[in-house]
Amino acid sequence: MSETLTALPATETLADPIIELRGVSKRFSKTLDFAGRIAKRLGANLREEVVHAVDGLDLTIRKGEVVGLVGESGCGKSTLGRMVAGIMPASEGSILWRGRDMKSLNAAETREAKLRTQMIFQDPYASLNPRLKVQEIVGEAPQFHGMAKRGEIGSYVDEQLRRAGLDPALKARYPHQFSGGQRQRIGIARALAVQPEFLVCDEAVAALDVSIQAQILNLFMKLRRELDLTYLFISHDLGVVEHLSDRVVIMYLGRVVEEAPAEEVFRRPNHPYTKALLAEVPRIEARKRAFAGVKGEIPSPLDPPSGCHFHPRCPFAFDRCRVERPALRPVGPAHRSACHLNDAA
Amino acid sequence: MSAPTLEVRNLRTHFFTRGGVVKAVDDVSFTVEAGKVMGLVGESGSGKTVTGFSILGLVDAPGRIAGGQILFKGRDLATLPEAEMRGLRGNRIAMIFQDPMMTLNPVLRIDTQMIETVLAHAKVSREEARQRSRDALGQVGIPSPDERLKAYPHQFSGGMRQRVAIAIALLHKPDVIVADEPTTALDVTIQGQILAEAQKLCAQFGTALVWITHDLSVVAGLADDIAVMYAGKVVESGPVTQVLDAPLHPYTLGLIGSVPSRNRRGEPLRQIPGMTPSLLNLPAGCAFRSRCPRAEPGCAEPPPMAEYRPGQHARCIHPHQEAVAA
Repeated sequence: MSETLTALPATETLADPIIELRGVSKRFSKTLDFAGRIAKRLGANLREEVVHAVDGLDLTIRKGEVVGLVGESGCGKSTLGRMVAGIMPASEGSILWRGRDMKSLNAAETREAKLRTQMIFQDPYASLNPRLKVQEIVGEAPQFHGMAKRGEIGSYVDEQLRRAGLDPALKARYPHQFSGGQRQRIGIARALAVQPEFLVCDEAVAALDVSIQAQILNLFMKLRRELDLTYLFISHDLGVVEHLSDRVVIMYLGRVVEEAPAEEVFRRPNHPYTKALLAEVPRIEARKRAFAGVKGEIPSPLDPPSGCHFHPRCPFAFDRCRVERPALRPVGPAHRSACHLNDAA
Repeated sequence: MSAPTLEVRNLRTHFFTRGGVVKAVDDVSFTVEAGKVMGLVGESGSGKTVTGFSILGLVDAPGRIAGGQILFKGRDLATLPEAEMRGLRGNRIAMIFQDPMMTLNPVLRIDTQMIETVLAHAKVSREEARQRSRDALGQVGIPSPDERLKAYPHQFSGGMRQRVAIAIALLHKPDVIVADEPTTALDVTIQGQILAEAQKLCAQFGTALVWITHDLSVVAGLADDIAVMYAGKVVESGPVTQVLDAPLHPYTLGLIGSVPSRNRRGEPLRQIPGMTPSLLNLPAGCAFRSRCPRAEPGCAEPPPMAEYRPGQHARCIHPHQEAVAA
């Protein structure tokens, strides 16, 4: 494989990782209540319910990269985004910020790391405080962190708003006076106000109309060029991810099933789930096509299938898939996939 | 040739609010033949859902149908007395909503709700009604329908719930189904399953389907004809291939340009500047003119709907007549 390594994109070989996840898991458990504990002591078949939202996941994001994270609802992509953004601790494994474990950082360094990573949320209606004016929403954090002096905060906020494509004259208004697209711009201005280098966008355009979605996507690309930003772009919309990302990571039920440069994923998908997902995406170019549909439902993360999580829906599943968890293995340059079929071939 | 199954002619549904008259639907016309799929496309606030509600006679005060006709096999639904409308709704004309929890009563079992629907329009025994409900669930691909009939809505996943809602809509093999964004809340693989069911049923029973959506890609794969709505008006309509490959109206062109998959990777998307105008104070003339790159003084006059190519109409005085490069 060594000769193919030279074909790696520059970001893969040159840039330093900005964030690294090593064997990260996140479990949510519902502990038994008092009655439940008594019933269990008396021999009832009760156990604590544990959801493995993210299950032993490795991921590296390098400086300047746009990584698209794709998956269906319940696959753990938002949980992963929150852990990367540092607003939710991992249950297991380590998260490295610029090569250093987040747990080993002191208080000031942790604050610095968290400040450099900002998050943009899906719902521009729920993520802005309705009782604060736009200038307060955008200006609060930089003022607290001393990025702008008290006297200069007005012009600082103006600059943030202008960069996000909003008229600074509107800064004395409240969020409800803005449309969905404008609110998303406020959310972007707020994130940019603390001068981050890494943005986690969790379904940031999903709630917007198509024409507004295009405006916001263009804004993301413009900001990337101007501010040299790194993105983790979480979305269920493959079209958006294909357009924006350098590298795509596909998740299914808490695990990465495939990871590759964007063009490679869409041209040569390896994992059966990726193939099914790509086949199901409605394309504007495809006319009067027959939809087929992947069989079955997404299983409950409370009780995931054994072995490969996708095997109950996979048309190629064989015995080994039911018992053994497939590892993420290279199948091409910078292309990794977790499927036992690759070993058989 | 007999009359089409559904023909909407110059429909106007207005809401008479204290703030003024909101012309949510203002001169909308389209036709759906039996077994065909009509895609009604628009952004939020374009009036596509109100059009669907108007067809089913579900517009509540302060809104009402202020003009136009909704011809169902030649009968005008807009002027039909409520008693007769009740005989048709859920029977010959059915609706599927975006959120299946809107259709399903959370405290009743599926069988109760389905049998009730059957008995509302058919004189059959309870046993026969249960049989029909079971068959309908089987048709939309719900495994072990006998057991699932006894379940409550919360015991189903989102995709399964939407299938139940579709099964209820299908109980009387209606002639027209109005589907309002039925797959928007669903995941891609589940959406594929629902679209497959819709295609199959349309072909099987000759149902005329009105598919309301904001997603041009879904319409591209599913519909025969398409009508694009903007600010309460149909701005372009025609066969789906023509409209998507050679759009006449600048708005349609802009919408298609905004879809990421159509563009080259990493390049800026062709965005439409500005945002949808408020329906309360629409500018006179073409509502799109403030966002339109081709706007000219003549646009201040309301443009008429005109046929520029066979079957393809647009409400624009300077349509894109030249072939558009993909």
